[in-house]
Amino acid sequence: MDSVLFYFFSALAIASAVLMVTRRNIVHSAVFLITALLATAGIFLQLQAEFLFVVQIILYVGGIMVLFVFVIMLVNLDLSLHLMQFNRMKFVSTILAAVLAGQLFTAFWITRNSLNLGPRGEAMAQPHNTESIAQALFQNYMLPFEIASILLLVAMIGAVVMAKRKV
Amino acid sequence: MPVAIDHYLFLSLALFSIGVVGVLTRRNVIVMLMSIELILNAVNINLVAFSRYWGTVDGQIFAIFIITDAAAEAAVGLGIILAFFRNRETVLADEMDMMRW
Amino acid sequence: MNTPLPYFLDHIWLIPLFPLLTAAAMLFFGRRLKNDVVNYLCVGSVALSFIHSVGAFFQLLSLPAGERVASKILFDWIPATPFHAADGSLRYFSAPWGFQLDPLSAVMILIVTGVGLLIHVYSTGYMAQEGGYYRFFGYLNLFMFSMLMLVLANNMLVMFVGWEGVGTCSYLLIGFYFHKKSASDAGKKAFIVNRVGDAGFLLGIFMTSALLGTINFNEIGPALANGHFASGDPRITAIALLLFVGAAGKSAQIPLYVWLPDAMEGPTPVSALIHAATMVTAGVYMVTRMNYVYQLSPTALEVVGVIGAITAIFAASIGVVQNDIKKVLAYSTVSQLGYMFLACGVGAFTAGIFHLMTHAFFKGLLFLAAGSVIHALSGEQDMRKMGGLAKKIPVTYWTMLIATLAIAGIFPFAGFLSKDLILGKTYEKDVMLWLIGYFTAGMTAFYMFRLIFMTFHGQSRVDHEVEHHIHESPKSMLIPLVILAALSITGGWLSWPEIFGGNSRFVHFLEPVIAVPHLAREEATKGPGSPLGELKLMLLSEGLVVLGIFFAWYLYIKRTSLPGKIAKSLNGFYELVYHKYYVDEIYDAMFVNRAKDLGLALGAFDRNIVDGLGVNGAGWLTRAISRLSMWWDTWIVDGSVRLGSRIVWILSFPVRMIQDGSMQHYMLLIVIGLLGFAAYYFHLWHVAGH
Repeated sequence: MDSVLFYFFSALAIASAVLMVTRRNIVHSAVFLITALLATAGIFLQLQAEFLFVVQIILYVGGIMVLFVFVIMLVNLDLSLHLMQFNRMKFVSTILAAVLAGQLFTAFWITRNSLNLGPRGEAMAQPHNTESIAQALFQNYMLPFEIASILLLVAMIGAVVMAKRKV
Repeated sequence: MPVAIDHYLFLSLALFSIGVVGVLTRRNVIVMLMSIELILNAVNINLVAFSRYWGTVDGQIFAIFIITDAAAEAAVGLGIILAFFRNRETVLADEMDMMRW
Repeated sequence: MNTPLPYFLDHIWLIPLFPLLTAAAMLFFGRRLKNDVVNYLCVGSVALSFIHSVGAFFQLLSLPAGERVASKILFDWIPATPFHAADGSLRYFSAPWGFQLDPLSAVMILIVTGVGLLIHVYSTGYMAQEGGYYRFFGYLNLFMFSMLMLVLANNMLVMFVGWEGVGTCSYLLIGFYFHKKSASDAGKKAFIVNRVGDAGFLLGIFMTSALLGTINFNEIGPALANGHFASGDPRITAIALLLFVGAAGKSAQIPLYVWLPDAMEGPTPVSALIHAATMVTAGVYMVTRMNYVYQLSPTALEVVGVIGAITAIFAASIGVVQNDIKKVLAYSTVSQLGYMFLACGVGAFTAGIFHLMTHAFFKGLLFLAAGSVIHALSGEQDMRKMGGLAKKIPVTYWTMLIATLAIAGIFPFAGFLSKDLILGKTYEKDVMLWLIGYFTAGMTAFYMFRLIFMTFHGQSRVDHEVEHHIHESPKSMLIPLVILAALSITGGWLSWPEIFGGNSRFVHFLEPVIAVPHLAREEATKGPGSPLGELKLMLLSEGLVVLGIFFAWYLYIKRTSLPGKIAKSLNGFYELVYHKYYVDEIYDAMFVNRAKDLGLALGAFDRNIVDGLGVNGAGWLTRAISRLSMWWDTWIVDGSVRLGSRIVWILSFPVRMIQDGSMQHYMLLIVIGLLGFAAYYFHLWHVAGH
């Protein structure tokens, strides 16, 4: 059952990603990104990270992607204006990205059996994922948490200033 | 038989590569930003997979912060795109080359 | 002589000093002085010199005949300087600033200060209305100083100082009216021609010093005796001839006489003093001083005599046709100087000095009287515009007539006695020369009386306005005329001819100065052996003189149209003589223009080569170098700077191209970097043991 879910969600994710990158219509790209994010959320669930599964959907899809769609609507130009979807260095970029992928793939492939990991954590199997996260977040990672809040404040101010009509 | 960790690594790698290709190749900056989100998601998958196989939650917490950061970045980035669009009427990366020598 | 000298003899050095002091006074503050003050100072100083000269003369007379020498050395001017003579021996050249009074210089100082004093007095009247009054007297006094130095010198070099001094003063005084070009030209001519003579004189001094080892007058005699020089020794002849060149320049003999006629541009007192009585006689004085040398060289004596005789007749011939009253007198002076040199040339030095003295009296008087005539006629000098003045200016007329009788040689006036003495001695030595002198005497009488008749007698040809202003000159001018007239009558009586009683006091007085005493005594006895022969000569010359006067009367009183007709019929010859035989023109072409050509050539050299190559060339070179420098600066110095910057620019190309503003390009580079890192870690991992 695990692997079925895994293969399903990973296929969905990769397909959505590929489609997102190649669509002419930006709205289509946005929709496909949403599906890719939803597939990722599924992966999280399959990995028994329920909190992240929920956070992914609420924040990422419900927040960030909505924001994207708003902006797409605001700046949407007539499709016929740009004839070229891809820029001039598409081949070089693709090849280089492929080379990079190849390198990393080779690295993973060679070491796939030697990753010395502990057993599938039984502790993780406990239905206390959110509790553990909360405990770790508010005890060990309190400082990053506060800093992250300031970051969000700054980002908010920045976004407001950037998007205003008149400064 | 649980899924071996390397499957997750290959998935993450694939999403990462596709995201890189999207960033480098597409002319529309909004699509570039979306590709960047895709890259961040690939990293999240990696982190959560390892967190699961190590048996700790640190990976997931890191993933939370990444999502936070991605949100902030998307907000600011889209604000910049809006401001730029108001000035130059374009969202194409090719036409955004004023910061040249 | 250990006994101290009497006052005047001890103070002979004051005689030149008085006029020198007043000349200096004129130089420093003469401008501010009134004419009266100038008179007292300048004439007064000459008067003091005259008194001292008279005093010194009498004190000299009081000394025994053989010891009549008084020396006074003020200081050692040039101390003994060693030099190597031609034969290798070491000689010394020294010259003290010394004065010597002996019979010869005593006669000279009396003439110079006496006649000089009279002319100074005359000038106070003649120059009264002229500008530059103080300047005139300053120069005149400076001249007196120089002449007295010349005469009182005890060695050749101090005499040369005076020699040059009188030349300079002559230049200054001839060119006194320096606004007139003719006057300044005449001054220059006088000085330059004099210089030619001075060169000879200087060479003579050097040769004397080299040969005899001394230039002191007292020591030359003994040196000649000790040197055992044979008569006619070429070295002695050379010295004598060189000295004569100097004398010819100063005393206006052929070929250096050309300056004297032009010198008439100066004021008339100057002509009287300098060019009649004193300066021009310096040559005769010098030859007489050096008679020891001349008597050892018969060749030189012959040259002196011949030139003297030829100059005499040559100048007389020109004087016959001149129309300017002063020019006639000028040529007459040249002629009479010829007589003096003729005397020296036949060995009759004392006769020459005697004629010098009488000539000073009557020629000085002639010039002063001519000045009086010119003054009366408000500046007219052309005799063709004179005539009938005898009644109108009587004093001038009678004094001038006396002087003319003297110069013509009428017994018993002064000129006759001195000229006769010379002619007598000449007849003994050389009949040819005597003949020349004889005819010259006749011509002298003719042209002098021509002057008198044209000026004072006959119809008045004077200009109408001038005629109204004819007046006798003031007393200051007339008194010197009278005094000189008296001297012209009595001056010759110092040496009365044998046949009439004989009085050779003058000759005896000068005896010690002449080298060969018995020669001097011979002069005293006079005449070709017998007194009768002497009488014959006297009558002959008197006859010719009377004939000359008759001709003058005939041509200029009786038949006044005749001279014009004669001139026309002898047209070519007349023109030649009237234009002074074109000697000046010949000199111009031969010497003066050659000197000018040299000047022009040097000027061209200076312009083209020194200025052209040198100055302009230097300028061109500087500009060329600066252009080269500019090129270097632009292309090499600046070039290296620009090269550096261009290299940087070229090298920066690839780096520049990277930043093209495109985000995706930057991101591609990041990916490439990432690839690099990955590859590196792969490598490390590989090496680490897989």
